[in-house]
Amino acid sequence: MAIHKVLGTETEYGITIRNQAEFNPVLGSSMVINSYAGGRARIQWSFEEETPGRDARGFGFEGAGPADLDSGLVNVVLTNGARLYVDHAHPEYSTPECYDPLEATLYDKAGEVVLARAAAAAQALLGDDERMMIHKNNSDGKGNSYGTHENYLLARELPFNDIVRHFTTFLVTRQVYTGSGKLGAENGRQQTEFQLSQRADFFEEEVGLETTLKRPIINTRDEPHGDASKYRRLHVIIGDANMSETQTFLKLGTAALMLSALEDGALPEALALADPVNSVWGVSHDLTLRRSLELADGRTATPIELQWQYHEWAHKYAQVADLDPVFERVLGEWERILTDLETDPLSAADRLDWVAKYRLLLDYRERDGLAWDDPKAKMLALQYHDVDPARGLYYKLARAGRIARLFDDEQVSAAVNEPPTRTRAYFRGECVSRYATELVAANWDSLVFDVGEEALKRVPMMEPLRGGRELVSDLLDRSESAADLVRALGGDDG
Amino acid sequence: MADQERKQTRRTESESDAEVIEEIDTAVGEELTERIDDLLDEIDSVLEENAEEFVKNYVQKGGE
Repeated sequence: MAIHKVLGTETEYGITIRNQAEFNPVLGSSMVINSYAGGRARIQWSFEEETPGRDARGFGFEGAGPADLDSGLVNVVLTNGARLYVDHAHPEYSTPECYDPLEATLYDKAGEVVLARAAAAAQALLGDDERMMIHKNNSDGKGNSYGTHENYLLARELPFNDIVRHFTTFLVTRQVYTGSGKLGAENGRQQTEFQLSQRADFFEEEVGLETTLKRPIINTRDEPHGDASKYRRLHVIIGDANMSETQTFLKLGTAALMLSALEDGALPEALALADPVNSVWGVSHDLTLRRSLELADGRTATPIELQWQYHEWAHKYAQVADLDPVFERVLGEWERILTDLETDPLSAADRLDWVAKYRLLLDYRERDGLAWDDPKAKMLALQYHDVDPARGLYYKLARAGRIARLFDDEQVSAAVNEPPTRTRAYFRGECVSRYATELVAANWDSLVFDVGEEALKRVPMMEPLRGGRELVSDLLDRSESAADLVRALGGDDG
Repeated sequence: MADQERKQTRRTESESDAEVIEEIDTAVGEELTERIDDLLDEIDSVLEENAEEFVKNYVQKGGE
């Protein structure tokens, strides 16, 4: 039986300050995060347990070194259990650990609100004509890309090579419903007017540890943030940042389902592509969605045909596996999107960012004769991702009813403050809310308290599913202070 | 049996709908164009000014 797919996303947001000649993105990102955290508890993230240089293939440490080069930068944990920090030269938001793909979609959307509020707060520090602008995108159109990563909890015993063999083709072909759309091509890829994905042009390897150079389709970072003898965390770096809720739900839901099927041995055949790396941008550049890909065994199939095969296997698997009911919804949305993309891709404009963006540009072409390479077209494509609810074009389209929502604004706002209730993120988020003055550091798998004794008290949380409301709410209610809590837990000395 | 009845009712409804739609087809098309125009006008009102300069200066550092 596959282990429960605890999951989450991490997104590096684009940042710029309008009319600031000497804009420094590291300082700008720090300003944004400090402004948001300023009025709230400022709990530092601790790096004690993090080892991003560890390789899942088991052959040692490429580029091992300090746990995180940016550890000196601003890095806070929020009451919803999320982490907000400066990564390289971007503000980054990691969702808390979520119980299912729908919940992870909600907390991914909550990240946009966090960043929008943070930008508004930072605005107070800027000059009259300057404006803080944050975009949930993955490319500046000039050859620079920054990531949106997905994380899925896997059983340690699943051989890593099985993931490579089965998951690569799935990731390459899912772009038809995971892309956020981009004008032009980058990174030396063949020119094109518009393509499905923001990220496709940047993938150059099949498997590897890198995330910033020679990006691989399958990333091997092995940092489980939990009991390493039982778990892996699969770090998927090939997705786009999505604005559409349905699209994030599809992206996370289909991957979680496929990985469960893989763990349970329910994928009868590994469909290997003849040339995975060139297929990544090949799929992204084909707006007809009908160009066939060559498989390693000589057969050919379109990305949608391959996705139908995965859907069929996943559907069969779901009949016999004891899965959460949310996966029925995943299968239904998956079937609907493949059917619509096959019949008329434009009919998916209410669910997919690349289609919504493309259709908007087509509307402008029809009305104004707007050329693909017109700066106004580039502005429209960029502003689609603006997190300011008044300016962001995704929000305009959603309010006009052109894009379907899965949540209302109240649900998203609640997720900005409150943690998920069925994972250890609940315990982390509640401790930030309740014991802010005594909680000195937090990370994914532990909390550190200063309860006024000589030694700091460290509370480990090695099980992602332990620490939910059902398990800990009584304990938290009984503990007026962190000292009470630590005593009740019998916590280790730091 | 009940299913069959429901299907028949639906078919009858859609047939009569089709007739009505045929009559007002041009009006619907015009209304749709107007609605898209309104939306594009609204978008134009919030679209960043000096797009050319803005997109030229929009440069990010690589990340991840």
